[in-house]
Parts: sequence; structure tokens; C-alpha cells
Amino acid sequence: MTQTLPAPPPATLRHSVTLRIRRFNPEQDSEPYWHDYVVEALPTDRVLDALNKIKWEQDGTLTYRRSCGHGICGSDAMRINGRNRLACKTLLKDLGMGSAIVVEAIKGLPLEKDLVVDMEPFFAAFRDVKPFLVADGAEPTRERRQSQAERQRFDDTTKCVLCAACTTSCPVFWNDDQYFGPAAIVNAHRFIFDSRDDGAALRLDILNDKEGVWRCRTTFNCTDACPRGIEVTKAIQEVKRALITRRV
Amino acid sequence: MTQVHRHDVVIVGAGGAGMRAALESGKRLRTAVLTKLYPTRSHTGAAQGGMCAALANVEEDNWEWHTFDTIKGGDYLVDQDAAEVMAREAIDAVLDLEKMGLPFSRTPDGRIDQRRFGGHTRNHGEAAVRRACYAADRTGHMILQTLYQQCVKHDIEFYNEFYVLDLLMTDGAASGVVAYELATGELHVFQAKSVVLATGGFGRVFKTTSNALSLTGDGMGIVWRQGLPLEDMEFYQFHPTGLAGLGILLTEGARGEGGILRNASGERFMERYAPTIKDLAPRDMVSRAIYTEVRQGRGCGPNQDYVLLDLTHLPPEQLEAKLPDITEFSRTYLGIDPIDEPVPIYPTAHYAMGGVPTDVHARVLRGNDTVVPGLFAAGEVACVSVHGANRLGTNSLLDINVFGRRAGVSAAEYASSATDLEVPPDPEATVRALIERMFHGEGGERAGAIRAELQQTMDDNASVYRTEATLKQAEVDIADLKRRYANVTVQDKGKRYNTDVLEAVELGFLLDLAEVLVVSARARNESRGGHFREDYTTRDDVNFMRHTMAYRHLDAEGRQEIRLDYKPVTVTRYQPMERKY
Repeated sequence: MTQTLPAPPPATLRHSVTLRIRRFNPEQDSEPYWHDYVVEALPTDRVLDALNKIKWEQDGTLTYRRSCGHGICGSDAMRINGRNRLACKTLLKDLGMGSAIVVEAIKGLPLEKDLVVDMEPFFAAFRDVKPFLVADGAEPTRERRQSQAERQRFDDTTKCVLCAACTTSCPVFWNDDQYFGPAAIVNAHRFIFDSRDDGAALRLDILNDKEGVWRCRTTFNCTDACPRGIEVTKAIQEVKRALITRRV
Repeated sequence: MTQVHRHDVVIVGAGGAGMRAALESGKRLRTAVLTKLYPTRSHTGAAQGGMCAALANVEEDNWEWHTFDTIKGGDYLVDQDAAEVMAREAIDAVLDLEKMGLPFSRTPDGRIDQRRFGGHTRNHGEAAVRRACYAADRTGHMILQTLYQQCVKHDIEFYNEFYVLDLLMTDGAASGVVAYELATGELHVFQAKSVVLATGGFGRVFKTTSNALSLTGDGMGIVWRQGLPLEDMEFYQFHPTGLAGLGILLTEGARGEGGILRNASGERFMERYAPTIKDLAPRDMVSRAIYTEVRQGRGCGPNQDYVLLDLTHLPPEQLEAKLPDITEFSRTYLGIDPIDEPVPIYPTAHYAMGGVPTDVHARVLRGNDTVVPGLFAAGEVACVSVHGANRLGTNSLLDINVFGRRAGVSAAEYASSATDLEVPPDPEATVRALIERMFHGEGGERAGAIRAELQQTMDDNASVYRTEATLKQAEVDIADLKRRYANVTVQDKGKRYNTDVLEAVELGFLLDLAEVLVVSARARNESRGGHFREDYTTRDDVNFMRHTMAYRHLDAEGRQEIRLDYKPVTVTRYQPMERKY
């Protein structure tokens, strides 16, 4: 490279943006209601930036979870303009700043307050699929060997941050809270297809349950919702196939 | 009603250090892990590039070279016995994680792959060495997930979304903690024989930072308020490659894979600052170089206020396989595809080298060598000191595994023989008073405004370059903000999920820690590692090759003073040399 072109200047113009937020405080409200907030924001701001601006400058009672701010911790999954996304990975400009941005809690888990839901049922389903390496035999002194191809086999499902965007976008999960849901199956997949793991049969039995993978209707909502770009539906299909063939 | 819980070991924080500790103590004794998030939300998950260990899987290496690099990288403020422990135990720490199932990237023959990282060299500085074990650019994510998976396997007891806001001490020994439950607003007293602090750092004292919003230094803050010392707080690391304007981390592994830093004229400017290892110089040096380029008018963009990380010469397959997440961050947040265009970057507040002083057994110290019975700390909250004045890349993921494990072992050993201590009477009174004041205060100050001003003055006056004048300015600003903080009132007065009041409480810790940082920095009239004074530009080993120990002292009228003391650096086999790369 001989000459570096300066990068395009960031969009520096602030706009008024309306966020229409579905609010609920169980200590005061009998049911949720919608409230509009107007903030000055840059097109490149994240939805999370706008929420923070509301909380810090206008209304401290607005409640949501957040931590890392760049799509790694999985705290701030919410329903934005009708689609599950992470607030910290969604830029205002990508939503169109002209009309109100509609923000509500993810669906299918008990609503606790504003954008906060009870995550416990979600993590309970995760724990049920034995999401840890099950290895028989004596431990090697050095590392277990694994070829690059074997490592690649389950790479996609190692990316999961347990944000629940997939599970709470699934119509089956909305209607049947006993269903494990896509995220739990993704995490089972991560071990079933790991060449070092000996627990596939165990996990496949768990997922063969009537509330297991067979409930999946292949609507692809989960794949669309995943902020990590995991091919969730494909992973579920691979688990189904492994159940039929009993081979991984 | 305050609930009271009894455990043998209580661990505060569920990042890498906390969960690694839990895996040791949880198998032997009744252990509880308290976290203000959910375990998988911890900021360990944001670490990207790797974890160094001299496995020598791809080229010759040994732990002694790793020890030397850590000491030199830390500008000779590292306690050398501790660095040796870390580099020696690194190898087993990596192999343990692999056995737990961590999906490391692999060599063609199926072993754990290794790559280059800043300041890690072959044979005491000859050339960069491949020492960082990694899983693409998601190494921290994989460590966090793997440790949580193991905690699930071993049925470790977690208290999620419990904010620990006070440490309980009985006759000079730790006897428990007080926690605020987010869901209900109830206070809980956790009585324990051993308390392990693993609460991470306090990057949110700065405006531009790679740190999560939750990194408010709570663990350091509760120790400080008990009158226990904090060590080397002036040493704060700025990571060279944050996304410009945002501070989001782009791993040093990008330069380990061959990425190059360029200024506005396209020059590879690091050749002038570190002729041997260039872009892979330690972070403090690279961050200063970037600041200098920008100050001297060689920055890029309309305001000439950033430089570029150039990855365009690397094959797209390499970016896809080795650096997929940072490639995506650049696309998502800046709209720039690193395959086609260099990425605008600028230093971002990243890591506290200082913290709660401990020995190599993770036991917290109340002075230069006196242990606080029953109190342990590991990870970024602690200062062992393995990082000295500047931490090398990858050594934090190593630190949390090595010293997290040691903290778990030490805490369990101590708790097995210790007797139960009664907690002080009315143990939750301090926390209750703090919360009540936020609810009922009539001052009307908003925490958000105070936090924004704190972060601005810290960025302006106490970041990469410092002088007596800028630090004095920060000190004045912080004193003013602390006065205003006494009048903070929250808007949310409810019990359930009251993040408004918790953010205000967290701000109190940030103000305390910012003050300790600035006071410690003002007294260190030299430049060493991450602490650079433009009015004292060289390292002064005669007067300052010693750790700062800051103590909170209340005078007769209850006014707080910060008293500074010093502690010698432990030197074993490496005498200080000029730091050249």
C-alpha cells in the first residue's frame, strides 16, 4: 500500500429519534403499556446507546440488561421492530431513523420489568442437555489431538453467547414452554459433533424426548434471529439426522 | 427481611477467575458463586487473541523465556517470583482447559495451534515467538463457556444477579459479604470462612474503553472502604487498537497474524519506535506511538485523530479463519470491511495492572506482607504483581486461570481448618444506608451526569500521557464530583430490578478508584510501562522501582485522606535493563 485514503468521515449529524418502548413495572402497572421517548442520536449509534441516553438523561426507571456493548455477552437481546436482536449490535441507521423504533422484551419467557424477562427457564433447558465434554477413558498427559477438519465440524455452534434471541423467536417455544428450544439444541450440537466427546448417545436420548428436536417446525426464525450468525436451523436438522441414523 | 446464608467459600464474580476458583473449592467444600450478571455474561468472554504458554507446539519455546518477557514487558515492576509461577503453570493451565473441552484452534497435526503476540519473544527478545494458544479470535469466549460448562457439570451453586456491595470483617479476618438481589431489592448476608474476590476491573472510569458497562471496580471498592490497601493503581493499560471513536477491542492477534499499523501517509510507523518487533511491541509503547503520530499531525481522517490497522494484505481466508469476530465488528460498527480497507483505530482503556495486593497464593495483603485471614483475590481485581507496569497481551487470560485456580485451592484449604466467625452486628447496615440515601436524598444530582464528567476528565487528564498539571486537574475535578455525588438521588424508588440505584452505587466505586489512580499517579515522578509522565519522561529505578501502596485514612473529623506507602519489587534473576524492542 503506498497511499492511505482517509476513511469516510463518520456521520456526525444528530437526529431526533423516537423509541416506542413497551414498559411494565409489576410494582405499579396491572399490564404493560407503550411509552414514546425522543432522543438526539447519531445514525451510527446503537439502539443500546439510545436506551442508555434515555436512562441516564431522561428516565432512570427504564430497565433493561446490558453489559459488554458489542455483541459478546448476550445480555441485551430484545425485540426491535418486531425482530429479535441484540440492542448493542443494531445501529439506528439500519432501522431507518424516520419512524419510531419499537422496542419490547423478548417473548416466551416471563416478563419481569420493562425489557427484562426471567432467564431461568432458558438456562434450565441449556443445563438439561449436558452441555459439557463427556470423555471416557484415561486422560492424556498432553492435549487430545483433533484435526482441523474435526475442529471445524462444530465450529459454528461454539459461537453461541446464550442470549436467547433464537429460542424466544421460535413459535413452537412461544406455545410450549416445555420445548428445549433452539439454543439448548445448538449447545448439544456443539458437543455431539466434537470428536473428543463420548456423550452423543446420552444427549441424543435427551433430545429424542417429545419436547426435544422433533418439535422443531423448521421456520428458520432462529437462524434469522441469531446475532452470531449461527445456522441454528441447520444445526437442529443435523441433530435430527443423527437421531435417525444414530451416527454423528 | 435480610436473608442469611452460610457457606464455606463465597466467590464474588463469575468470570474466568471466579469460575476457575469455584471448580477447585466447589468439589471439596460448600461453595457459592455470586455474580451481578449471569456467568456467561462476564467480560472474560470479550477477550479475543489468546492465552500464552510455552507449549512449544509450533516452534522452540520455554517458560523461562515467557517469564523474562513478562518481566521486561512489565518494565521491571513485576514481582519476578510471581511471574515465574505464572509462566511455569501456564502449560498445565492450557492443557487443563483443553481437557475440559475448550475448542482450541489446531495445527495441521492436530495439536493446539499457537501464534505471535505483542512482547512475547524467543530467547530474551531476539524475535517474536508463537506462544499464544487461541480459538480464532474468541479465546476468552471459549474459556468463559468452557468454565461455565464445567461448573454446570459439577453442580456449582450460583447466585445470579446478586450485587456484592460490602465486605464483612470480624477481628481483622474476612467473615462474609453483603449482596443486593437485583430481582427483589432484598439484601442478603453471606457468611463464609473464605471470601474470594474475582470481580474484574474498573475500565468505566474512562470514557473510551473496551470494558463492559458493568466493569465498575466493585471488588476493589469494597476492599478500599474497609481500609485495606490498593497496589499500583496508577498503572492502567490502554490497548492500542480500539475501534476509533468507540473503544471496542480489536485483538492484538490481528498484528500477530501480520496486521500493520499505518499513519496518514501509509507509513508503517512502528518501525521507528520498535525496530526489532515493530507492530508487536508491548501495548504501552504502541499506544504512545499512536498518540505521538496523531499529536504530530500524522493521524488519519478529517480530524487527523486516528491511525489505521491494515489487514488488506492478508488472505481473506486467513481473516475468516483466524479473526472472524473483529472482521465482523469492523463491518458492523464502522461499515468497513477489513478485507478491502484498513480499519480506523485508536487506543482504548483496557486493563488495570494494579488492584488488591495478593501473594502468589492469592491471599490478600493488608500491608507489605501481612495476610488478611480468609480473604483471597484473583484476576484483574488483584495485583500479584505479575503484570507490573504493563501487562503483556494474553497474560490476563493466563492470570485468571493460574491464579483463579490458586485462589480456589487456597480458599478451600483455609476454610477446611478455619472456624466460623460471627459477622459484625447489623451487618447490612452500611449497604442499607447507602441505598436509602439514594432513594430519599433531596440533592437531585443525577448519577449519569456525574459519571459522564468523571469519564471525560479521566480521558483528558489521566490516560496515556500525564503531567503534574493534568493529574492535579483530575484530582480537583474528582473532588468536586465526589461532593456532588453525596447529593445523588435516583428516580426509580422500586424494589424490583432497580438498575437505577445500582448504577448510582457503582458510580461511587468508580469515583473512589479514580481518585486512588490519580493520587498514586501524581506521586510517581517517573515514566514506567503504562504510566507515562511528560514531565518525567524516563524510568527512575533509584527512586521508583517499587510498588505504590495506597491506603484510605479517615482523620478525626471523618475526612478521607489517601496515604501512600511503598513496597519493594521482588527481583530473583533479572536485573533491570533498558526496555528496547
